[in-house]
Amino acid sequence: MTDTTTRQSPWHDIVRSSLKANDVKLVVYVPDRVFTPLIQALHTDQYFITFAATREEEALGIITGAWMGGMRGAVLMQTSGFGTIPNALASLVVPSQIPALIFVSERGTLGEFNLGQALVCKTMRPVLNSLAVENITVTRQDELAFILDRSIKQAVATQAPVTFILSPLLTGGKVFEA
Amino acid sequence: MKSAMNTKSSVSAHNAKVMNRFELTKRLVGQLKREEAVIGGIGNANFDLWASGQRPQNFYMLGSMGLAIPIALGVAIAQPKRHVIALEGDGSLLMQLGCLATVAERAPKNLTIVIWDNGIYQITGSQPTPGATSADLVAVARGAGITQSVWAADEADFDSLVAAALRDGGPTLIGARIDGKPAVGTTERDPVQIRERFMRGLGVRTDSSR
Repeated sequence: MTDTTTRQSPWHDIVRSSLKANDVKLVVYVPDRVFTPLIQALHTDQYFITFAATREEEALGIITGAWMGGMRGAVLMQTSGFGTIPNALASLVVPSQIPALIFVSERGTLGEFNLGQALVCKTMRPVLNSLAVENITVTRQDELAFILDRSIKQAVATQAPVTFILSPLLTGGKVFEA
Repeated sequence: MKSAMNTKSSVSAHNAKVMNRFELTKRLVGQLKREEAVIGGIGNANFDLWASGQRPQNFYMLGSMGLAIPIALGVAIAQPKRHVIALEGDGSLLMQLGCLATVAERAPKNLTIVIWDNGIYQITGSQPTPGATSADLVAVARGAGITQSVWAADEADFDSLVAAALRDGGPTLIGARIDGKPAVGTTERDPVQIRERFMRGLGVRTDSSR
């Protein structure tokens, strides 16, 4: 992946390439509209083992087991799904030092139309910060590859989870057709 | 496998013998000869696994109630040549029933799930679980798509079901009705030690790898 193609690639292609380049083979997700092109790209690429779980905490459990078995994993979810995982983070992933890669499609800001999404969004960063879980909000496509590559390497090296909050500024978000 | 499963599928939750978790855990671990991984669920499933002997291939899940089966699925995906067994209580399974559908869909041949069903949240004061007198968790598992889901009729049947699961491949779910006797041991409480020892037990970490 050259620097030029990185800059020109759609965000989901950069995510796919960065995971692959860092040997992240397993991606478990609870679906999200904004993440749909990424999920499709992962299914299309034979390198990945990717499938849906019924809950976000279930997805975290699966990649925790995979890490202990020697396979790197990531989970994909939307903001509301994040609201279901604090116990799995606080009682499994963080105390067991699992380098879980958590991708959140950010809902609840920059044009949100659903009050429930907006409120869950407000809880996300305080929860991550209270657990001292690295969390990075990505807004710019030209920074995405660098952020992912360095942060995945840091997660593995320091045995700590990391959360990538992909902003509507990067992904376009989900638009309310008024 | 198929024939063993078919004959035993006639055993329902209500005519299976009530057995003892520690006794069955010892019987199960006694059959493990190929460094199979065992994931113990939170509470007494863990405690009796610990008490049965601390194998390096045992993982004791201290928190995250309901995630023993998802963790076992992850290990099974990462190490397809190693058999993985999840030991989970009925209350814990009820908290994460959806994982049965995920397991059925992935259909890992190297995964066996054992459900210890005493119909109570034993560790919190033995309150009855929802469905304690009405739900059949083996039928639930079968309905979720894990077709090899059976109740163990008695101890000898449990032994043969475990042997068949290890020999013939899964995914398999074995339901065991158990009594309300407390576990006979207690795990250590250090998640990092537990995780690191498990990874070494699985050959993921060696002295030279870190």
